Amino acid sequence: MSALDPGRKDEVVLAARNVAKAYGNIHALKGVNFDIHRGQVTTLFGENGAGKSTLMKILSGVVQPTSGEILLDGDPIVFASSSQARDRGISIIHQELSLAPNMNVRDNIFMGREIMTATGVDFAEEERQTRLLMAELEEDIDPLTPVEDLRLGQQQIVEIARALSVNSRILIMDEPTSALSASEVEVLFKVIRDLTNRGVSIVYISHHLEEALQITNHAVVLRDGAMTAYAERKDIDLEWIVRHMVGDNFDLGAPPAGYEKGDVALSIEGLTVADPGGAGYAVVDGLSLAVRAGEIVCIYGLMGAGRTELLETVAGRLKASAGRVVLKGRDVTGQSISQCIRDGLVLVPEDRQRDGLVQTMTVGRNLSLASLGAFTRGLFTSNTREAGLVGNAIRKVHIKTDGGGAAIGSLSGGNQQKVVIGKMLATDPDVILLDEPSRGIDIGAKAEVFKLLAERAKQGLAVVYTTSEVGECLSIAHRILVMRRGRISAEFGPDVTKEQIMAASGEAVHAH
Amino acid sequence: MSVTPAIDTKAAAGSGKRKKGFVELLFEGRAFFALIAIVVVFSLMSPNYFTVSNFLIMASHVAIFGLLAIGMLLVILNGGIDLSVGSTLGLAGVVAGFLMQGVTLPQLGVILYPSVWVVVVLTCLLGAVVGAVNGVLIAYLRVPAFVATLGVLYVARGIALLMTNGLTYNNLGGRPELGNTGFDWLGFNRLAGVPIGVLVLLVFAIICHILLTRTAFGRWLYASGGNERAAELSGVPVKRVKITVYVLSGVCAAVAGLVLSSQLTSAGPTAGTTYELTAIAAVVIGGAALTGGRGTVIGTMLGAFVIGFLSDGLVIIGVSAYWQTVFTGAVIVTAVLLNSIKYGRR
Repeated sequence: MSALDPGRKDEVVLAARNVAKAYGNIHALKGVNFDIHRGQVTTLFGENGAGKSTLMKILSGVVQPTSGEILLDGDPIVFASSSQARDRGISIIHQELSLAPNMNVRDNIFMGREIMTATGVDFAEEERQTRLLMAELEEDIDPLTPVEDLRLGQQQIVEIARALSVNSRILIMDEPTSALSASEVEVLFKVIRDLTNRGVSIVYISHHLEEALQITNHAVVLRDGAMTAYAERKDIDLEWIVRHMVGDNFDLGAPPAGYEKGDVALSIEGLTVADPGGAGYAVVDGLSLAVRAGEIVCIYGLMGAGRTELLETVAGRLKASAGRVVLKGRDVTGQSISQCIRDGLVLVPEDRQRDGLVQTMTVGRNLSLASLGAFTRGLFTSNTREAGLVGNAIRKVHIKTDGGGAAIGSLSGGNQQKVVIGKMLATDPDVILLDEPSRGIDIGAKAEVFKLLAERAKQGLAVVYTTSEVGECLSIAHRILVMRRGRISAEFGPDVTKEQIMAASGEAVHAH
Repeated sequence: MSVTPAIDTKAAAGSGKRKKGFVELLFEGRAFFALIAIVVVFSLMSPNYFTVSNFLIMASHVAIFGLLAIGMLLVILNGGIDLSVGSTLGLAGVVAGFLMQGVTLPQLGVILYPSVWVVVVLTCLLGAVVGAVNGVLIAYLRVPAFVATLGVLYVARGIALLMTNGLTYNNLGGRPELGNTGFDWLGFNRLAGVPIGVLVLLVFAIICHILLTRTAFGRWLYASGGNERAAELSGVPVKRVKITVYVLSGVCAAVAGLVLSSQLTSAGPTAGTTYELTAIAAVVIGGAALTGGRGTVIGTMLGAFVIGFLSDGLVIIGVSAYWQTVFTGAVIVTAVLLNSIKYGRR
């Protein structure tokens, strides 16, 4: 629960009244009312495409609303640009941090508004102010440390310090915890509580619903560009949010049943992977695992537990230093990625922007990329066969798109993820490995992805997926493995509780 | 952005929107319209410009740049750059010239006079080897493309100068009694009135177009240029693709060297100096992105013709060579500007 004193005044500092935004004939926002209270946290919940980012862009002056008005301290105001909004004390921290990694903390904080004297930049004064800011945030970061040497969580703090250095009264945070470890999230939450105690208002956007509930005072739910619900924290719970986000029928699914599982499709024997950074320890440490055809296995673990390295080694991207990978009884250890794909072992990578999608190609070309051989006859590709394959993939994976010719950037995050999954399913694999398939996608898309995987498992596909959200373990998986420091620390059936899983992962529940 | 076309079609009835559609059409076909503008302007300024014979002469000039630009396009689509093509062109010419003079084998006490087709094949092989050196340096030894090909630029040029001691091979005609005549065929002869060099360019352009649009290799190239990590995880052999594009670029440069030395009936070690820059310019004017993944053969060909027709036109109307350089530069900057507007909007 929030640490806020319930008796404090909570006047509205910034408000949106009937704000609507249309791009062409697409209505991104349809008359939304939204209040930001002084010294409190307001969280925006909603699926991707619900209009959260559009609303935040309007409040921070990046775009102008088609109709409706913005009230700052009760007076109507029009922001022509984000710098005007910043001058009035409204700052936004984007999901992707905007720091220069090669520069130090001080120079990042004063980037673009250096304190000048007659002879140049006043570094001493900048450093003094940076120290003050860090002391305020109770963070022991030296102003002269290069940002690239900081942990991600500390970089987030620097970003916040930068926003505070321009006297922000209202701070908009878009997915601030998506790359943070559990302990870093605790630090961030402490900073947020300190800020609110000082009268700073926070607007918070997150896909981690449970996390957001820990910190927020008010909850606003958007769906399809309209506000579907508003409530104070004390009146609501997770169920309430989910219900309003997706409508009534929300379910991440149950383990598919009523069919016989096949033989062992993938068997990992004593697999060891040295740290790619060369630090000398093993990120995957003698791990063994067998998955049968038609079985769904979930691997739960915190960041750094070695999940990604495990999957990437099995799929042929990283080299194992010891152990074997056996696919349908055949040793495939050390095979190239393309050989693995041909043999029916595919990987859906964690970071779809960096590893999954080719942004310069269309939806269709992305979907067909891994199965070019299926529509190449002799030397040449066949457009008709490719169109058939792409159309099939779009239908089977339920991608919402104008068609195979649409640009990848035109899809929502969830649909982009479906393209990456669809691309790999189009190769007709026997084993599919998915690294955090639900990262950065909304609950509706999550449920669809899991449903799809469950259906394919019934047809004999072996599925291994990783997650760092406990809720996602308890969905379609027949077996739940907990990974910790490169090893499997526990194995559960589908009837396990969240607490058991978290305990096995080394996550001290709420004990920070 | 996906919805924009639908909106545009609906709104096209309004005159304002129609105007916008026209502007976008101009923008999409900017290299094509630039070429038409150049032809129209110079035709008005000089009666000698708009004649079949002049077009054929200009086209045979374009053939050299065009061949280099095709190779360069492949490399740029991959997200790389090949600065060595001008030197490779020069080296190829010199090696061809060297072979035409006859190769002395002291151990056997004979002089070999390889026939022309052997010379052509060996020269193309040389281009492939130079390209393979680039490719291995970049793909396996992780040298940045800019640096690797810059080094090869110097080395290839140096070897060409060493081979000839700075001199030029002048008699490439061969002798009938040795059976190695016909080298000038590439540069001088015509088929149905069209210079052979232009036909070679046409054939290369068509092959490359098919390679890019209809083969798995083309898809691999676009994918690994757009996002190498994603391509690799989708099973694309990204290293092989990378080496292949540099090899093909080297072969294109060697063929351009053959055509050029055949046109001149001489092979000098300094031939093709700075041609790599013209080739890059043609690719960029043709709308390709230097970051990789975007570009077409048709665009690149238009780009090559824009540069060739512009500089020849300036010669015909008697503008000084120095002004030609200025104009070419202005066209390149404008092209890059338009490209950044186009790709920046996404």
